[in-house]
Amino acid sequence: MSIILDHVNYIYGEDGPLAVKALDDVCLQIPDGQFVGIIGHTGSGKSTLVQHMNGLLKATSGHIYFNGEDIYDKDFKMKKLRSKVGLVFQYPEHQLFEIDVFSDVCFGPRNLGMDQKEAELKAFDALRKVGLPAELYYQSPFELSGGQKRRAAIAGVLAMAPEVLILDEPTAGLDPKGRDEILRQIKELQSQTNMTILLVSHSMEDVAEYVDRIIVMNKGRVMYDDVPKEVFSHYKELEEVGLAAPQVTYILHALKDRGFDVDVNATTTGEAVETVLRGLTKKS
Amino acid sequence: MGRTKGKVETMGIIRTKDLVYEYIRRDEEGNVEGITTAVDRVDLDVQAGEFIAVLGHNGSGKSTLAKHINAILNPTEGTVWVDGMDTAQEEHIWDIRQRAGMVFQNPDNQIIGQVVEEDVGFGPENMGVPTKEIWERVEESLKAVGMYEYRKHSPNKLSGGQKQRVSIAGVLAMHPKCIVLDEPTAMLDPKGRKEVIRAVRALNQVEGITVVLITHYMEEIIHADRVFVMDGGRIAMEGTPRDIFSQVERLKQLRLDVPQVTLLAYELGKRGLRLPKGILTVEELADALAECGA
Amino acid sequence: MLRDITLGQYYQTESVIHRLDPRVKLGGTLLYIISLFLFGNFLGYGVAAVFLAVVIGLSHVPLGFIVRGMKAIVFLLLITVTFNLFLTPGRELVSVWKLTITAEGLRTAVTMAVRLTMLIIGSSLMTLTTTPNNLTDGMESMMKPLKVFRVPVHEVAMIMSIALRFIPILLEETDKIMKAQTARGADFETGNIVKRAKALVPVLVPLFISAFRRANDLAMAMEARCYRGGEGRTKMKPLVYRRRDRLGYLCIFAYLVTSIAVGRLRF
Repeated sequence: MSIILDHVNYIYGEDGPLAVKALDDVCLQIPDGQFVGIIGHTGSGKSTLVQHMNGLLKATSGHIYFNGEDIYDKDFKMKKLRSKVGLVFQYPEHQLFEIDVFSDVCFGPRNLGMDQKEAELKAFDALRKVGLPAELYYQSPFELSGGQKRRAAIAGVLAMAPEVLILDEPTAGLDPKGRDEILRQIKELQSQTNMTILLVSHSMEDVAEYVDRIIVMNKGRVMYDDVPKEVFSHYKELEEVGLAAPQVTYILHALKDRGFDVDVNATTTGEAVETVLRGLTKKS
Repeated sequence: MGRTKGKVETMGIIRTKDLVYEYIRRDEEGNVEGITTAVDRVDLDVQAGEFIAVLGHNGSGKSTLAKHINAILNPTEGTVWVDGMDTAQEEHIWDIRQRAGMVFQNPDNQIIGQVVEEDVGFGPENMGVPTKEIWERVEESLKAVGMYEYRKHSPNKLSGGQKQRVSIAGVLAMHPKCIVLDEPTAMLDPKGRKEVIRAVRALNQVEGITVVLITHYMEEIIHADRVFVMDGGRIAMEGTPRDIFSQVERLKQLRLDVPQVTLLAYELGKRGLRLPKGILTVEELADALAECGA
Repeated sequence: MLRDITLGQYYQTESVIHRLDPRVKLGGTLLYIISLFLFGNFLGYGVAAVFLAVVIGLSHVPLGFIVRGMKAIVFLLLITVTFNLFLTPGRELVSVWKLTITAEGLRTAVTMAVRLTMLIIGSSLMTLTTTPNNLTDGMESMMKPLKVFRVPVHEVAMIMSIALRFIPILLEETDKIMKAQTARGADFETGNIVKRAKALVPVLVPLFISAFRRANDLAMAMEARCYRGGEGRTKMKPLVYRRRDRLGYLCIFAYLVTSIAVGRLRF
């Protein structure tokens, strides 16, 4: 049970003079229950990639398999795929429209043909999972704060009970605290439900602490696909394509260059503290 | 520890005294629900040529404060002076807007022209600058932000960072003494953010323009002369970037974070290492640690 | 896709047509459109087509780009043609079931199709070669006499210019909103008209809210840059007639005389 991309290519404006290869021979396998970070700067193809996974964009060539079924097969139901692979876009303002938060979250499940009662149960469950306070359920979604809107938007997709949840830049425009809160909530959601989660971001630092695996996209190609430690060990190459490894990576490398015995693979502040302390005592 | 420019105490380019801004919240029928105080008794004194950063989480009142400097908002109580002019006096409004230019958050919603150069010319046109001089101003402004080669392009085809640089050029062409940037990088990716900050620093250092940068990205303030941290409409902290970053706990309380280097230095300090306070860069920390270990 | 609409778009390149004064292009387009309705035979359309082809050639806008822009209005064109084809009374040519095609109908349908196509290509060529700012400057200048009747000429021109600038942005935004709602299971492609109209509510609400927010932001940004209406404003690119513009007027006049003379010929 997984998503498999097999030599997927996607060309924007295929017939025109400005044809751009947005995805270039992408092969990936996303197994169940993984928490994956997809990193790349604007125009690297990361958003294009995830839009293929729930069928919003159709590959120019190549195949995509969801749970073993070819999604471009004539008999394959796209609508079913969209309910199984939930995609939350960058700006919650692009999807919130109802009179109150609760009705808005019901929109997805109702579209799947659930009756009102079942949809409401799902909506309630989803709102609880994203940690939105109950007193906001009957408020207009337009009056929520940035972080709350984001949660309402995620709930709107979560209510469709997807097996895979894709979040496109869920922290854009939030302040640092709001960003940490939403990322922690997503991590909690992942550990509670064991759902497959794909987090699209342009910040390595944001995702390093949370994800099991990082896919780095550059110019429509998969540049690196590995556990965070391995990906960050290429920090010089990442810099060349306009991405940066977490600052701790740089500090640890700088210390190593100065002759300290530190583990340069530490990616979070907590890990870095331990290895620096160990490195310093060893030397003295 | 505010930096004073060593001269006789004259009124700064931007000054606020007891500035209060309140707005009335109404429900759907238009009945008064309550009053929100967005800015609460703020005193500010910015000297010409300074680079000021205003930090704060979303809803801390930093944008509301910024809009007063351009006379887009008028104080409920207190006074704002820009270059000695009271912003509440109607007759000064256009002089104030020319002298204190403003760049906003959303790059798409502030570009008026369909071609880069026409947009940059918009401000001078409004001011009644003669045609020949508009062209000169457009050219020098676009060169100052490194966008001259894009002068014939459509703004829609530019990246976010490039659009914001065009907006900055648009303000620059009005020959302001001061530029207020209201979260100019909030909607950009890391590359765009760097471009914009580089352009802003150049304005301050090369052109000598006073800069007020409003942001919630901590990495962007390390070059500022002074930093104000806002919370609940008030100024909660004030000092040099180093002063501010040395107070990690306080910043966390104010819903802000510190760069990972500073955080690491802080955590190491808690574990007994003796490191200087308020470390800002990777080099600084590596050097300090090398000294500790030696 | 929505982005394929080239009507009202500007195509960035260097050409003599691009450099022409917008008043020449506006006046020329207007006269060209009028001429299309004055022809009595197909020869007139031939002259008009040749003229159009020459202008397209001079404009350096690729033909493919213009043709792609036509895609969006093919539907409209088909409706017009169909109506004219079947609903014009006259001498019967073919009759299948209840549908009858008459000779007059065929003639009107073809004329209409040719007229509309040339009209649309002609007017989109004007917008393709004129920056909207330039275009509105031209209109503002041509409508100046109306100021006497207290028509807010400058304001109207400014509104148009802003509308044109935001069309591509709002189209792109519509695309994104539709995708976001499709991801939530919304369906815009099936069902009857009522169902489809209803399906648009989740797209229109976020779109309107966004448009209002943009308008608010833009008004603030314009005021911050000292915009206070047309009074006392100078121009970065003032309109000045040059030699090529006078030549342009001459060409248009020559075209008008030739095409109408040929177009009114009776055989």
